[in-house]
Amino acid sequence: MCLAIPGKILEAQENDGLRVGRVQFGGVVRQVSLDFVPEAAVGDYVMVHVGFAISKVDAVEAERTYQLLQEMGTLVDELNPGDDHPPK
Amino acid sequence: MKYLDEYRDERIARGLAEQVAAVTTKPWVLMEICGGQTHTLMRYGIDELLPRGLELVHGPGCPVCVTPLETIDKAIQLALRPDVILVSYGDMLRVPGSSSDLFRAKAQGADVRLAYSPTEAVKIARSNPDRQVVFLAIGFETTAPANAMAAWQAKREGLTNFSMLVSHVLVPPAIRALMVSESNRVQGFIAPGHVCTVMGCGEYEDLVRDFRVPIVVGGFEPVDLLEAILMLVKQLEAGEAKLENQYVRSVSYQGNVPAQQIMKEVFEVADQKWRGIGAIPRSGLRLREEFGNFDANRVFDLGEFTVEEPAECISAQVLQGLKKPTECPVFGMRCTPENPLGAPMVSSEGACAAYYQYRRHAVVS
Repeated sequence: MCLAIPGKILEAQENDGLRVGRVQFGGVVRQVSLDFVPEAAVGDYVMVHVGFAISKVDAVEAERTYQLLQEMGTLVDELNPGDDHPPK
Repeated sequence: MKYLDEYRDERIARGLAEQVAAVTTKPWVLMEICGGQTHTLMRYGIDELLPRGLELVHGPGCPVCVTPLETIDKAIQLALRPDVILVSYGDMLRVPGSSSDLFRAKAQGADVRLAYSPTEAVKIARSNPDRQVVFLAIGFETTAPANAMAAWQAKREGLTNFSMLVSHVLVPPAIRALMVSESNRVQGFIAPGHVCTVMGCGEYEDLVRDFRVPIVVGGFEPVDLLEAILMLVKQLEAGEAKLENQYVRSVSYQGNVPAQQIMKEVFEVADQKWRGIGAIPRSGLRLREEFGNFDANRVFDLGEFTVEEPAECISAQVLQGLKKPTECPVFGMRCTPENPLGAPMVSSEGACAAYYQYRRHAVVS
């Protein structure tokens, strides 16, 4: 129930005082309330839970963490050359 | 970046698991609060990548599992009324009440409809002015702002045929209850990333200080969970107790302020019964007086009553991390997702369902 999935805002508009957007999740596009993320704009990624965006994904933080994790993964590969864990 | 596949990268996950093994010198017991995290751990076999002695126990963070039996019974009772359309999240349908479930009520002719979002319940009320629409509003803090929006919208539109049967629970009072329990074994917590996305980190800092227990706010993908585990073990091995945030791409310190505002406008903190666990003071939310007209308890004068859990179900111990689902004598035998005795076997976040789905070999062997 507490699942929230990341999606990309394709369109955002005001609708009767409420802010709604079309958000893309992989191949699926759904209407999502953007009321709780006034700072999120078209092109941003948001975490969506039961039809409501609950956060704008912090792209800078995400990139930084991912790079760190990836470097760590590479390091492990170099340390264990015999292991067969091809990247997906 | 799509913020999904990257966090399922096997190479990174194995790297993290090796680091966890490298820093672990003693046995530790960690608890992930959220049932969504439990499912990730089981689905990807993360517990099997961890060093011996590092134990993960599963927490009460499954809203469907902790919704009181009495609320389910009330929902069934309402659904069977010919003037009512009962709207629910899909997970609730097969959750057993004391003698039936919503799925069976639907088969008996009850108008039970599934909604992905609470706004759909409001829409159904708008287009069925001659029927009473009751929304079964359950959830943790993650869902509370969305459910609050449904009541807020109904009030703004002056709907008189919309109400909510509310069963909302809060995570920090549950952690507090676990920590003061004499049977507690948990030494570090993975806090639920989406609850914290909404609520921020402040309440967890209080828990770290009061109980000197390390807490790491964690995400939901395999890499997130392994990193959170690594952060917790490093703290425990160093004798530290801090609040750390692994899920920085979604969680900020102050949380989502507009979401908190609507939640506070519509709901107030109240004592709450948790299925299988019992009453925990100030651990739930109820509609404020200003929204009393949207309280299904009041609209239908449902009254209060108490019903007993089936004696065979050990969900109370499972939800408190005291027993693993596979320690239950009826697990996978008389209790399955098709014929569940307790709620944790039903929900996509229930620990028993996670073990059943991904760990059947554990019972067969």
